[in-house]
Amino acid sequence: MSSVQGDNAIEVDDLTKMFGKFTAVDRVSFSVKRGEIFGFLGANGAGKSTTIRMLIGLLQPTSGTAKVGGFDINTQTDDVKLHIGYMSQRFSLYDDLTVEQNIRFYGGVYGLKNSRLEDRMQWVLKMADLKGRESSLTKTLSGGWKQRLALGCAILHEPKIVFLDEPTGGVDPISRRNFWELINQLSADGITVLVTTHFLDEAEYCNSIIMINAGKLIAHGSPSQLKHEHIKNPILEVKSSNVVEALEVVRVQPWSLETSVFGTGLHVMVKDEAEGKRKIVETLSQNGITVKTIERIVPSLEDVFLYLLEHDAPTRD
Amino acid sequence: MDIAIQTVDLSKHFGDLKAVDRLHLTVNAGEMFGLVGPDGSGKTTIIRMLCGILAPTSGSAHVLGFDSVKQPELAKKEIGYLSQRFSLYGDLSIDENIEFFAEINKVYDFKKQRDELLEFTRLTPFRDRLAENLSGGMKQKLALACTLIHTPRIIFLDEPTTGVDPVSRRDFWKILQSLLKTGITIVMSTPYLDEAERCSRVAMMNKGQLMTVDTPEDLKKTMKREVLEIVCDRVREGFQLLKPHPLVKEVQAFGDRLNVMVENSSKDTQVIKAMLKTKGIEITSLRVISPSLENVFISLLTKEKQSEVAA
Repeated sequence: MSSVQGDNAIEVDDLTKMFGKFTAVDRVSFSVKRGEIFGFLGANGAGKSTTIRMLIGLLQPTSGTAKVGGFDINTQTDDVKLHIGYMSQRFSLYDDLTVEQNIRFYGGVYGLKNSRLEDRMQWVLKMADLKGRESSLTKTLSGGWKQRLALGCAILHEPKIVFLDEPTGGVDPISRRNFWELINQLSADGITVLVTTHFLDEAEYCNSIIMINAGKLIAHGSPSQLKHEHIKNPILEVKSSNVVEALEVVRVQPWSLETSVFGTGLHVMVKDEAEGKRKIVETLSQNGITVKTIERIVPSLEDVFLYLLEHDAPTRD
Repeated sequence: MDIAIQTVDLSKHFGDLKAVDRLHLTVNAGEMFGLVGPDGSGKTTIIRMLCGILAPTSGSAHVLGFDSVKQPELAKKEIGYLSQRFSLYGDLSIDENIEFFAEINKVYDFKKQRDELLEFTRLTPFRDRLAENLSGGMKQKLALACTLIHTPRIIFLDEPTTGVDPVSRRDFWKILQSLLKTGITIVMSTPYLDEAERCSRVAMMNKGQLMTVDTPEDLKKTMKREVLEIVCDRVREGFQLLKPHPLVKEVQAFGDRLNVMVENSSKDTQVIKAMLKTKGIEITSLRVISPSLENVFISLLTKEKQSEVAA
């Protein structure tokens, strides 16, 4: 078995990857606690996939180290690969194989045999709610079922650490919610889950989150910490008689730091709550727009992420 | 208020599949209208029928007063359509792609409009770059500019933000918001309920049927439910504890909080707090928030499933 390293399932230390002169990942350090759901957020090209590929042993770092499940990614690559599960956004299932054939195929990849394979197959079928559909062709399954089958195949060999790369694309809201309940269950069973996503509303399901940009780590914390520690400026939600005109009026004011429309509401970032409220009401009424309600709201993770990118994010040379 | 789109009993069947089933829909001029639903709920089929590309099986649709079955060519001049499989020409520059779209739309005096669209989408500095060398977000903005070159009065955007990262997504929304002030009507489809929150009105679709349509605000009000957002430790234990309780209509476990849906927060909060306390779960903060559109959507789907079972 793997060596024990305290409470951390993953430890990343100064990890760097360069492609020629291009620094894709720039001295990133973080650790992931055992049993945690850990979110990995960043825009396209931020260095997410490169980091993940190093952590699962598919890419050698230029410098720095990481331990995954106690194994060194530089020197124990094969052990790393055996002890993790990986589910990609394209689900890596064979569409023209049946459900059972897909499970058997992955069983073979992981070297599962006989009663262990049969046990794990039953477990996956139950977990994915696919009992009775063993001989259905995978391509006939809905997105939600495919997603759960892919998850089952990724954890067939009972890894202690699972990497999920954009796992919920193209899946309906109920399946998405069920999927996260499954992930929560895995985590309750002590499995560490590292997940990348574009959807910042989904990152709310994570216990810890890191945000990366231009190869560098720009923030680390729980969802609540990120929301309260990074954006010091209040965000006000304004409901008014005309949101389109209200946006045009408020957007150009020197005291409005950031504006955005949500349905019939306008979100405005200001320096000071009381002063901001007064100025918004005053300015809008001068322009013949009536304010119905105005209140301070908690920023979303998307607000935090975009704010960090605009304000103190590093840029890649 | 002027009506931009009106459909009556609009249906499209593909063999036995009712892709769109007797749809009654009204879209007002100048609004940002959202069609939201999972894959296969009929969003793309509706958009194609409204654009006059696909003939309905039955029923009618009027777009800007034109009958989209009998007069599709008249409506097309006023319509911009950004399909999911929108294709740019990779070996043409930004400028040339727009010129191409101007020509197929028979717009010969396009240069001023092109300059304005490039300014508006902040693509001017890149106008000579080949489309194949653009990032995903820039391609999407170029596609939008092409869709707008013939100054349509209404545009249909089919899942325009699928596969686009959060930075480009917000940029795209800003552009759409400033487009609205020109009086244009925008109809967009999306599988993401958090994105639908940005629309002025939202139609929720499932399996070809319209479940409901209203402003995000009123959709949430009709639920007659409130959500307690409880930031606490040992979230999973809290989840297991609260889930079976009759006062709890729904509970979601997030990374560091529980969202608990109840009928009456002023009555139910104390009970919920006491339950968590008996297990020694520590509450950092508790506040009442309104349900999300995802809550609304899921509760509608659950009701439908229950009535299917009952029937």
